[in-house]
Amino acid sequence: MEKRLFLILLLILSITGGCKKEHPFIKKVAFKGESAIEVHFAGPVDLKWAKDKGNFELYEKPDPDILIPIKDVELSENRLILMIQAYDELNRNQEHIFTLKNIVSDGRDLGTAIVSVKKLYFGIVFNILIAAMLIQNFVFTKYLGLCVFFGTSRRKSTAIGMGITFTIVIVFASMMSWFLYQFVLKPFNLRFLQIIVFIGLVSLSVQAVDTILRKINPALFKAFGVYLVLVIANCIILAVPLILADNEYNAIESFMLAFGAGLGFLIALFLMSSVRERLELANVPPTYRGLPIAFVVAGLFALAFMGFSGMSLF
Amino acid sequence: MPRRRKSNKELFLNGIFNENPIFRLALSMCPAVGISTTLMNGFLLGIAVLFVQVFSSCTISLIKDYIHPRIRIPTYTLTIATWVTVIDMVLAAYMPAAYKQMGIFVKLIVAFAIITMRLEMFACKNDFVPSFWDGLGMGLGFMFGMMSLGFVRELLGMGKLFGHDILGFRPLLFFVLPAAGFFCVGIIMAVFNYVEIVYKRIRERRWKRGYS
Repeated sequence: MEKRLFLILLLILSITGGCKKEHPFIKKVAFKGESAIEVHFAGPVDLKWAKDKGNFELYEKPDPDILIPIKDVELSENRLILMIQAYDELNRNQEHIFTLKNIVSDGRDLGTAIVSVKKLYFGIVFNILIAAMLIQNFVFTKYLGLCVFFGTSRRKSTAIGMGITFTIVIVFASMMSWFLYQFVLKPFNLRFLQIIVFIGLVSLSVQAVDTILRKINPALFKAFGVYLVLVIANCIILAVPLILADNEYNAIESFMLAFGAGLGFLIALFLMSSVRERLELANVPPTYRGLPIAFVVAGLFALAFMGFSGMSLF
Repeated sequence: MPRRRKSNKELFLNGIFNENPIFRLALSMCPAVGISTTLMNGFLLGIAVLFVQVFSSCTISLIKDYIHPRIRIPTYTLTIATWVTVIDMVLAAYMPAAYKQMGIFVKLIVAFAIITMRLEMFACKNDFVPSFWDGLGMGLGFMFGMMSLGFVRELLGMGKLFGHDILGFRPLLFFVLPAAGFFCVGIIMAVFNYVEIVYKRIRERRWKRGYS
């Protein structure tokens, strides 16, 4: 079993890994920092060729008409590594196409190379997960699902139960709606029906999880069944399918976004409930008792979560 | 015991003050925190919610006799979703800039608890005209809440109203930050609570005086 899992992992990595190289002279192309691309050559290239900015063209794969202006080209001492500096920050989640015209090495013309630069696919997917969980936390930075958030964050046990139930349901529901959007709504040009279809699908999947859980694991159902009704009232569960439809994510990315959204909600609920359990012992002014103080605490959390903005792990 | 039927005016005012959806019932908080940064945003989302609330209240009150009680909640949801699709497409076509700023919230009107609650509690039991007034009052109450939040945040954060410079300086830039939405809602709720506490105290004093 473990061996098979390992093989599958290897397969995925080998399919998705790394940057493509189409030219035998280029060994490696990768992003360097926020706004640069690094090219490794197999042999030393000529300095004169490298200094001519007209030899390089860079654009994002979806729009080949918009060339990204190149600010500076640097060649390393041993003339093996070329660094292209762009004026603006490069969108590293997007695949870039980089053209090197007529590479000259020791006076010989080696022809034009067109290479694509992209991040490791694993990196992109992991970034989506982290972004949904922390950087773009649905509760504290997108302000969604607040009704349920304030309703179920009074006790730690309730918060954990709600968080786990929500994660299961949202993964289930958004995978189903992704499937329906990609294979039914898009081919038949029915995109304007997405709101109606998604809300129906969400209620259906909540009902399905309810039925399945009741049959398979009655003990678990007893613990978590109460929260299933509340899940429908949460806007995050509708927001995630809409975001998936807008961004045209594929299956793995969709799974990661949904999972991250669920985990982010769990984290937010847990943090909030820990504070609110303490607050019950505190001496709060009578006008602020109950929801108002909870809102102020949530505001402090939101300020803290702003610290995550701009974070990028890969 | 048959309850006294409220007049249309009472129904209308009920939504705005006594049962204000944002500050009194604490429902549909997400847009109140998320996009109340300017008065204009609050106004536009208020209009959208008003439209959806009034039209779905009217629809449900017209077809209430044909709905089987078992499937009433899905019916409500689908009715709301239909009207949200309408307003979504209208806004996207005629106000693309504002629509972009409001982002996903227009589509999420479907999930606002306040609309479903009004349908369940009022429109499915009453006739067309009272449902219309109830929906109008609730929608206006929501709009009032959103606009008062937008008013506070835009005035204190940017010194502007509807994009026009009023104060000439920025008193508290903090209020423009998205996170300040939480503080703002919390503080306004506390003000509502304070008014209620003072009101109760005055009434108690008056009652004691009458007793002695």
